[in-house]
Amino acid sequence: MSTALDRLAALLPPERLLVRPVELAAYESDGLTAFRTRPLAVVVPETTDEVIAIVRLCHELKLPFVARGSGTSLSGGSLPIAEGIVIALNRLNRILKLDPAQRIAVVEPGVVNTQVTLAAAPFGLHYAPDPSSQSICTIGGNVAFNSGGAHCLKYGMTANHILGIKAVLGTGEVVEWGGGSRERLGPDWCGLFTGNEGLFGIALEITLQLLPKAECFHTVLAGYCTLEQAGDAVSAVIASGLLPGAIEIMDALALEAATAAVHAEYPPGCEAVLIVELEGPHEVVAIERERLDAILSASSPVEMRPARDAEERLAIWKGRKSAFSAVGRLSPDFIVQDGVVPRRRLGEALRRIAEMSQETGLRVANVFHAGDGNLHPLILFDGREEGALHRAEDFAGRILRMCIEMGGSITGEHGIGVEKRDFLPDMFTADEIDCMQRLRAAFNPLGIANPGKMFPGSEAPSLSHVGLHPLEKAGVISRE
Amino acid sequence: MISPATLTELRDAVLSAPRVIAVGAETKPRLSAAETVKISTRPLSGITEYEPSEFTFSALAGTPVREIIAALDEKGQYLPFDPMLVEAGSTIGGVVASGLSGPGRFRYGGVRDFILGVRFVDGLGRLLRLGGKVVKNAAGFDVPKFVVGSLGRFGVIGEVTFKVFPKPESTFTLQMPFSSEKMAQLANSRFEIDALDVLPGGETMLVRLAGPAKALEVLAKEIGGEVTDSTVWRVIRETPWSFKADITLDQINDFKTAHVSCGGNVAFSNAPPPRGMTLRGDSPLWIGGRPRFAIEAAVKQALDPQNRFPTLDD
Ligand SMILES: Cc1cc2nc3c(=O)[nH]c(=O)nc-3n(C[C@H](O)[C@H](O)[C@H](O)COP(=O)(O)OP(=O)(O)OC[C@H]3O[C@@H](n4cnc5c(N)ncnc54)[C@H](O)[C@@H]3O)c2cc1C
Ligand SMILES: Cc1cc2nc3c(=O)[nH]c(=O)nc-3n(C[C@H](O)[C@H](O)[C@H](O)COP(=O)(O)OP(=O)(O)OC[C@H]3O[C@@H](n4cnc5c(N)ncnc54)[C@H](O)[C@@H]3O)c2cc1C
Repeated sequence: MSTALDRLAALLPPERLLVRPVELAAYESDGLTAFRTRPLAVVVPETTDEVIAIVRLCHELKLPFVARGSGTSLSGGSLPIAEGIVIALNRLNRILKLDPAQRIAVVEPGVVNTQVTLAAAPFGLHYAPDPSSQSICTIGGNVAFNSGGAHCLKYGMTANHILGIKAVLGTGEVVEWGGGSRERLGPDWCGLFTGNEGLFGIALEITLQLLPKAECFHTVLAGYCTLEQAGDAVSAVIASGLLPGAIEIMDALALEAATAAVHAEYPPGCEAVLIVELEGPHEVVAIERERLDAILSASSPVEMRPARDAEERLAIWKGRKSAFSAVGRLSPDFIVQDGVVPRRRLGEALRRIAEMSQETGLRVANVFHAGDGNLHPLILFDGREEGALHRAEDFAGRILRMCIEMGGSITGEHGIGVEKRDFLPDMFTADEIDCMQRLRAAFNPLGIANPGKMFPGSEAPSLSHVGLHPLEKAGVISRE
Repeated sequence: MISPATLTELRDAVLSAPRVIAVGAETKPRLSAAETVKISTRPLSGITEYEPSEFTFSALAGTPVREIIAALDEKGQYLPFDPMLVEAGSTIGGVVASGLSGPGRFRYGGVRDFILGVRFVDGLGRLLRLGGKVVKNAAGFDVPKFVVGSLGRFGVIGEVTFKVFPKPESTFTLQMPFSSEKMAQLANSRFEIDALDVLPGGETMLVRLAGPAKALEVLAKEIGGEVTDSTVWRVIRETPWSFKADITLDQINDFKTAHVSCGGNVAFSNAPPPRGMTLRGDSPLWIGGRPRFAIEAAVKQALDPQNRFPTLDD
């Protein structure tokens, strides 16, 4: 391996080629802290040319590599490979172009999600995808995972906002697809590349579509006696023909945690809280909010609290976005699950999760994107208890199987990574997995780009503990 | 011409000849002009699943889009990207394979932004289902998006699953003199414009609003211009253009004779553009070349190792 390090040393100055254990420690795991691996080295390129040279060297030496943005993946996507290197992309953090007339931004992969919206704000524009980790996660990571957020219902996921990608593939080839236009000719290569989980190569420059900021919001928080009533209210909103920007639900345990953590105040005695947000020109919102308020009033809420100003709206979202980390503080360890069920079966799914919780004796909190049917059950356990981790994982697995059985998906936005490899065959046939393997092999024939992820049958990395991301512990980020 | 009526027959049809290509209504003959056995998807027709509460439907590839639009309309829903040549009989498989969206793609995106899942037969004759049937799904590679615009060159589509939206209560169309400054200003405004096109000649801009009628009247006054009959959009949608080009707003002056759609992002024309794609006529499929990378051949090899389907250059 010394030749690999020697060759890398020829490409980068010593301070950007990390090999000492203390330097490598920070890169050993991602947001799925159950897994931990020490890589051979971490390289810190500063230019796209350096990334290309590194990937080409990896190709020549058959050296595995894992691209890394901010390491907030919740499925082990950026977990290192012991005999490979980590390519840390945080220093490729330039916004290369911001064109308000065309409403696009061209960014390097290490640009942090919220930085795009901040840069676009003076022009009245914003970048729509808003994962809860947005203050820290990178556009490169978002592209690799096709990340979502609370506002997917109306404007979609990351892939719906990617207009162009320049990337270096696992073959060392540099490609450029799409560009500033919202339309394209021929097959949708950018669409295929987005969501590849780092198995196709590394995104070097990404063209993002920006949208005008909504002029006006109407955000309502409604409390219910039961989760089922909150679920029924979601169905009623959907059936009404309104298209809200977001529809979210938090259950009792999540409410309790958010109250403790950020002093969020919720209607007392509620088992569930529903958040619905409308957005648009004020003339439109004025009419639609009447309809929404009527629908919600008829859904027997304990209390309805429309946000009266921007501050109250932010407070509602702060409680919502902090809920997961807050729940995490209630327990020494937890597993956050990400699955999708058809929206009409949400109530049934939540009932079954509650039953499983009773059976296993493990508490579970639910905070989720109700409008998309995207569940995020959070299973609480104490890793010091004999067999607890195993029971929690078993519980998480049962939830995923339930999602598949109901015709949903094993991941709505966190990806397969290492965590859900073994569930891929529950969702796809052997031929379908073979088709995806063939695609992987086309982009990455030597298997050097992020090996061991997405596909079953790879060697399992070692388990340590499950819980808050180090950055969450530090209070830097929170999760959904 | 082979005309399979079931997905199993579709698979057999793909394996029945060394070179095949799918066709729908052949409303876009140039796109399937290669010398091969044609597989007509027309008998493979029908909506297989429609769940208004989920905002999703699935339909077999040969289903006329007209039928889908009618079924959605009954439940107050629609495909926001304005599929084209609907009255000429376009099939949903053809719409996906050709990757063409109408003026409505401006607000929420095009075909690629609404497709959720696909069942297709690859070059090895395997019937595969990729993507999902729910509005949100991140499992596996996004092959459904790749199939959009793939022109039947990587597989034959058997069935597709789409996301749909509730249909706005009403629409309102305005007409005004075109300038690129005005267009950029409207595109980045508080109005949530629904469609923004420029008629051939480059003089007249069309603006469509969608939402509650009472609100639109107020917005329309502020935007200004002349109120126009909304049927103009039907004409745009049903016109059999010969060429398509993907453009940006700063190129708009080079496309004065074209119909420019989607806020200056697409140009449809009957005269060949400097760079673009042929939809009908004898011109080469690609005009002015297209980006080419080695990965294209590798992906073709992965999905269609025996070259059963033509290539993008045929
Ligand atoms: C508190 C918390 C809240 C979260 N909330 C959400 C949420 O609401 N919605 C959601 O979808 N996700 C959420 N996530 C998950 C995570 O933030 C996203 O998956 C995010 O996109 C990862 O970005 P990152 O920069 O941290 O990527 P990393 O974790 O560093 O990498 C993720 C994957 O992307 C690959 N990668 C990174 N950069 C590139 C590149 N340039 N080219 C190719 N591949 C690359 C990596 O190899 C890896 O496979 C949350 C995570 C945390 C910890
Ligand atoms: C002359 C003409 C002009 C057009 N102009 C415009 C326009 O200006 N703007 C616009 O947005 N749209 C335009 N369209 C697009 C049109 O609305 C859709 O492309 C059309 O619906 C295609 O459907 P079809 O069934 O007619 O497909 P066909 O014309 O039969 O086929 C189109 C392509 O799709 C492939 N294909 C068809 N079915 C399948 C399948 N099941 N599996 C795999 N591949 C398949 C064919 O091989 C061919 O490459 C135009 C179409 C035509 C004919």
